[in-house]
Amino acid sequence: MIVVEDLHKHFGGFHAVDGASLSIAEGSITGLIGPNGAGKTTLFNVIAGVLPPTSGRVTMKGEDITGLPPHELFDKGLLRTFQIAHEFSSMTVRENLMMVPGGQTGETLWNTWFHRARIREEEATLLKRADEVLEFLTIDHLKDEKAGNLSGGQKKLLELGRTMMVDAKIVFLDEVGAGVNRTLLNTIGDAIIRLNKERGYTFVVIEHDMDFIDRLCDPVICMAEGKVLAEGTLAEIKANEHVIEAYLGTGLKNKTVGASA
Amino acid sequence: MDFLNAIVALANFVIIPATVYGSQLALGALGVTLIYGILRFSNFAHGDTMAFGTMVTILITWWFQSMGINFGILPTALLALPFGIAITSLFLLGTDRVVYKFYREKKSEPVIFVIVSLGVMFMMNGIVRFIIGTGDQRFADGERFIISTREFKAMTGLQEGLAIRFTQGITVVTAIIVVAALFYFLNRTRTGKSMRAFSDNEDLALLSGINPERVVMVTWIIVAGLATIAGVLYGLDKTFKPFTYFQLLLPIFASAIVGGLGNPLGAIAGGFVIAFSEVSVTYAFKKVLGYLLPESLEPDSLVQLLSTDYKFAVSFVILIIVLLVKPTGLFKGKSV
Repeated sequence: MIVVEDLHKHFGGFHAVDGASLSIAEGSITGLIGPNGAGKTTLFNVIAGVLPPTSGRVTMKGEDITGLPPHELFDKGLLRTFQIAHEFSSMTVRENLMMVPGGQTGETLWNTWFHRARIREEEATLLKRADEVLEFLTIDHLKDEKAGNLSGGQKKLLELGRTMMVDAKIVFLDEVGAGVNRTLLNTIGDAIIRLNKERGYTFVVIEHDMDFIDRLCDPVICMAEGKVLAEGTLAEIKANEHVIEAYLGTGLKNKTVGASA
Repeated sequence: MDFLNAIVALANFVIIPATVYGSQLALGALGVTLIYGILRFSNFAHGDTMAFGTMVTILITWWFQSMGINFGILPTALLALPFGIAITSLFLLGTDRVVYKFYREKKSEPVIFVIVSLGVMFMMNGIVRFIIGTGDQRFADGERFIISTREFKAMTGLQEGLAIRFTQGITVVTAIIVVAALFYFLNRTRTGKSMRAFSDNEDLALLSGINPERVVMVTWIIVAGLATIAGVLYGLDKTFKPFTYFQLLLPIFASAIVGGLGNPLGAIAGGFVIAFSEVSVTYAFKKVLGYLLPESLEPDSLVQLLSTDYKFAVSFVILIIVLLVKPTGLFKGKSV
């Protein structure tokens, strides 16, 4: 589905992503793990078009998508969430969700005043969808709350909800579980599995919680220092010597990765 | 009776002019604040955008007048206004395409945009003066009054007269309509919401599939509308002179900053704060006090805090106080 070939992203002399190559299979939930500073988020940013790559190529279903702006990638069904949840703080939760699908009829000045019926119809559909999403995520009681007032975990759910407003093909989740309590994390996990099974979303998940990775992801890709270190099932990754070294340094090889992460 | 006279004098010389001036400033400041909120720079060319829009409207007005087209009792300029807005929109979109887009694609710092807008300002400055000249231009169809001093005196029997010019009434009514439409647009329509979303969180807006170029385009069109309307109303109320419009930049920026840059509600409040301060500080209160105070206490001097020559100093002082005490403005805006 997504193939990344020899991707480099340098910030001055710092090589955040340093020749990463990987491929993501359609219909999979791929985990992306690695110690802090491994270049996971930068990799996401480059794939999602937020940052231009220094060199390398990204293709989606064989089509070159390197360096396309985010809104065009969005139209192709490539979505991402942020490590630190973003939201339109002055809008309500429901309005936040209804912002999502791009290219709505009401988006041009002309249509705003001259195609009111069509817009109303569209908005009604969106409203229904937004309410369904909120119910699915169990935050429907917050729909008229200003998004800026939500808790960190609820904002994460809202991020996930945003991807459900359109028929996404591939969703990049950046630490969707960070700062989220166990119960909420299970809700998020359930949602991801359901979206994967029922709607065929492909997910790429950056996560530090190994139980969460274990529950959802196959395969798992481990990155360190801007390179892909290993790929396989979580058990294989945990057994991989390079990975243990990257996480714990040398000399601690008999400990497992999961316990420390 | 003296008390009523005092109130009428105050209304005639302070309240009505300040309300009218406040409406004009509010419309100007709305344009500045929208650009700041969405395109993220202070547009120094705004005063001259107003001048450009007004100039186009004046030329069309003169053409209409020469062909004998009129708008009944309303000024012909209002009929020319939509055309003025359309041409100014095209002009701003052209400027954006030729100038700002280049820097946007390079993701330049806001301060570079500010300097660029300064350059654009000088260009517009030159264009306007080249086309219409530097002098005063009148384009109202003669003075018309909703109520004139004589009528008012005859009606009420008061010593003091109250005059409301037609253009003053039109200014306030137009401002109310425009502001209502703008707020409806920003809060209720999808286009307006995507503008707010873009202003709130640009990264997220991009990743929600909002097309940034379209948001930018819509912003320029709305700014062209606001600037032209503000400029034409100001010109109808007073006269059109390119240099005056250039000078208006200070009170307009003061209004936007006092209210909180990036906050439309703040821009309106700021406009009225500046207008009322400016008018009341430069008004000679001798007459009003003369009615209110017993004869022995009546002031001999004019009781004028500042000469009208210094009216821009008022905006400047308020601006400095706000920046020192509350940099985010009265309403929560973005810090400057």
